[in-house]
Amino acid sequence: MGINRRQFLKIAGFSSLIGLGGTSASLLRKSILEASQEEQDPRALLGKRWALVIDMSKFKTEDDYRRVIDVCHRIHNVPDIGNPKSEVKWIWKEEYENVFPSQDFDNQYVEESLKNKPFLVLCNHCDNPPCVRVCPTKATFKRKSDGIVMMDMHRCIGCRFCMAACPFGARSFNFQDPRPFLKEMNPEFPTRTKGVVEKCTLCYERLAIGLIPACVEASNGAMAFGDLKDPNSEVRKLLRDNYTIRRKPELGTLPSVFYIIGGKNNA
Amino acid sequence: MLEKALVGDRRYWGWICFLLAVMGVGLIFYLRQFSFGLGITGMSRDVSWGLYISQFTFLVGIAASGVMVVLPYYLHDYKAFGKITILGEFLAIPAVIMCMLFIFIDMGQPTRVLNVLLHPSPSSVMFFDMVVLAGYLVLNILVGWTTLHAEKKGIAPASWVKPLIILSIAWAPSIHTVTAFLYAGLPGRHFWLSAIMAARFLASAFASGPALLILLALIVRKFSKFDPGKEAIQALGRIVTYFMLTNVFFLGLEFFTAFYSKIPGHMMSFEYLYMGLEGHGKLVPLMWASSILSVLAIGLLVFPQIRKNETLLAIASVTVFVALWIDKGFGLVVGGFVPNPFERITEYWPTIPEASIALGVWAFGFLLLTILYKIAVTVKEESGGEAIH
Amino acid sequence: MYNGGKIIAGLVIFVGLVFLPFFLSMGKAVAKPDPKIDTPYIQHLAEKKCVESKQTMKTIHMQMLYDWRDAVVRDGDRIYVANDGKKYTMSLQNTCMKCHSNKKQFCDQCHNYLSVKPYCWDCHIAPKEGV
Repeated sequence: MGINRRQFLKIAGFSSLIGLGGTSASLLRKSILEASQEEQDPRALLGKRWALVIDMSKFKTEDDYRRVIDVCHRIHNVPDIGNPKSEVKWIWKEEYENVFPSQDFDNQYVEESLKNKPFLVLCNHCDNPPCVRVCPTKATFKRKSDGIVMMDMHRCIGCRFCMAACPFGARSFNFQDPRPFLKEMNPEFPTRTKGVVEKCTLCYERLAIGLIPACVEASNGAMAFGDLKDPNSEVRKLLRDNYTIRRKPELGTLPSVFYIIGGKNNA
Repeated sequence: MLEKALVGDRRYWGWICFLLAVMGVGLIFYLRQFSFGLGITGMSRDVSWGLYISQFTFLVGIAASGVMVVLPYYLHDYKAFGKITILGEFLAIPAVIMCMLFIFIDMGQPTRVLNVLLHPSPSSVMFFDMVVLAGYLVLNILVGWTTLHAEKKGIAPASWVKPLIILSIAWAPSIHTVTAFLYAGLPGRHFWLSAIMAARFLASAFASGPALLILLALIVRKFSKFDPGKEAIQALGRIVTYFMLTNVFFLGLEFFTAFYSKIPGHMMSFEYLYMGLEGHGKLVPLMWASSILSVLAIGLLVFPQIRKNETLLAIASVTVFVALWIDKGFGLVVGGFVPNPFERITEYWPTIPEASIALGVWAFGFLLLTILYKIAVTVKEESGGEAIH
Repeated sequence: MYNGGKIIAGLVIFVGLVFLPFFLSMGKAVAKPDPKIDTPYIQHLAEKKCVESKQTMKTIHMQMLYDWRDAVVRDGDRIYVANDGKKYTMSLQNTCMKCHSNKKQFCDQCHNYLSVKPYCWDCHIAPKEGV
């Protein structure tokens, strides 16, 4: 049979392409669960757009902050890297002037009670999140059911585009394996591994069984949680009665974390 | 035609071995990064993109610049470029491969890279970037290889090549525009949130790419019997001149918007880069070097008498390349992250492992470039030089 | 043939490399995987049943975990309705590993035999041995 090298290579190349194409079709996995086989837990808290209203005037002592931060980081196995360059944090303190920089660029005429006051900051679970827009794999996505900006740790490729996109600096990257930095692990929640991005996920695992987020619970009433779309929720009441501000509203990301300014407890 | 790359003198093989050595060092450091994580780099929670992504950004420009020789020849019959279209295409191929490699080594979970294709997200510019880069690579390989092969045989290439060439001319600016869109659409990063980001990218690409091509053409002339031609090199010199002027002009436009509006968010990154901010100024010497070199380069390029002197043109090309590398291949990416969203400053500098890995990727690119150019130049030496329309 | 010496030598090296795993494990007997399901938790179960039948689980447990993952993380559904109507919380750590808390004597038995290295355990906390 007269076949020259060039023809042989052409046929071989073509066949391998077909073979690869065929096997790659098998990568497109179909779900084996019927739709009827997955249900919501009946205890789950239901809401169309979850929001937090934080009354910073109720955070007075160091312990008020510690309680809230520690419970989140403990139950979610957030590592304590101890190095500001590569630290991982889901909720933390930043001073007022740094949380709302456009309010006072010259930092001179801030109200006394707010001057250098530590504010709690976390992911704002925006309604128009740029991080979701930029994710090339939809590893971070906005859950249709409740508006939480979620993380799918299985899918994240660690490109960190979301970290560049987030205007609030809410996201952390695992620059190394976090496990050596976990003093004790909560065995009911996974850790993360190196190379993925993480952030506050609004305690979705607690909401699913009817519990409010851990930070809200630990705040002893300083933080309120509820459904923005429900006119009778606690957050809506607070928003009607108090002047609140959100971080960087001019960017149009529509954050869901509101800070009460001039609350009744403001000394 | 690959066998032509296996024949060479001692200098050729010495160069190849040197590149392999640099690649080897990069690979060893990459294995360490793969097992430990990106913590071995200088990146941080605040500066989450660094040397790798900035190299990718710079190299997309080099890849796109191939259009600067292809367009005049195929659309406007500029005969002088007939000999060097292949040099442009064979520069684009390693440049795109380097881009993809830089993205790959920057990923935290590189084994999951196929997720981008398995879960396509059309709203993500990065998804588009992967698609258009892959497409551009395929285009250039197809077009470059078949036109060279046809030239080797002394005939015109097949008729289906021409439409692909036209497609590649439109595709080239697109890949760099998409890359600019990675930066220009992020609401929180005011240094990048500029409408002329894509225009700036293209201007610096079309200055730095042809500058590199001039140097490569001079090297090819020196080390082989193939002469790309004085007229082609001078035309490239004119292209570099005009686009360098445009590039500096665009930078001036950015400075104006920032410092006339006096909006702190717009000014702060510039202040950090060129003057230092709150005592932090690691990049200031670099950025001023880039500016001074840019002015120097324009001074050499703008006068035809100087430009016609090929030695001075070569010096100007090196100056352009270095100045633009500092600006786009370093300052641009780092500057966008300083200050951070809380107006605090975390500085960035690459670590030795990080720089070694980056150099390893560059060495790999130069290896591919060497191989492809060896093939192209050998074919041209044997066939007499001109691509047939 | 031309370069016959080099070709034969190359072929010998190639065959040697390809069959190296077989040469290295010749004569060694590796024990058949013997996954144990006698954890204290299972022993205290009234009905000793897994979420689905043994054969089903053997075949599809990885695909099931993928589907569970998508349901919990992406859809917000935590309850799995098994083929027999029983309901379970979809969780590797809190459901599967509650019964099968002996990862080394259960999961690893087959996985090690087949050289399967699932990276689930990078994140999902494996139960402490000996509990």
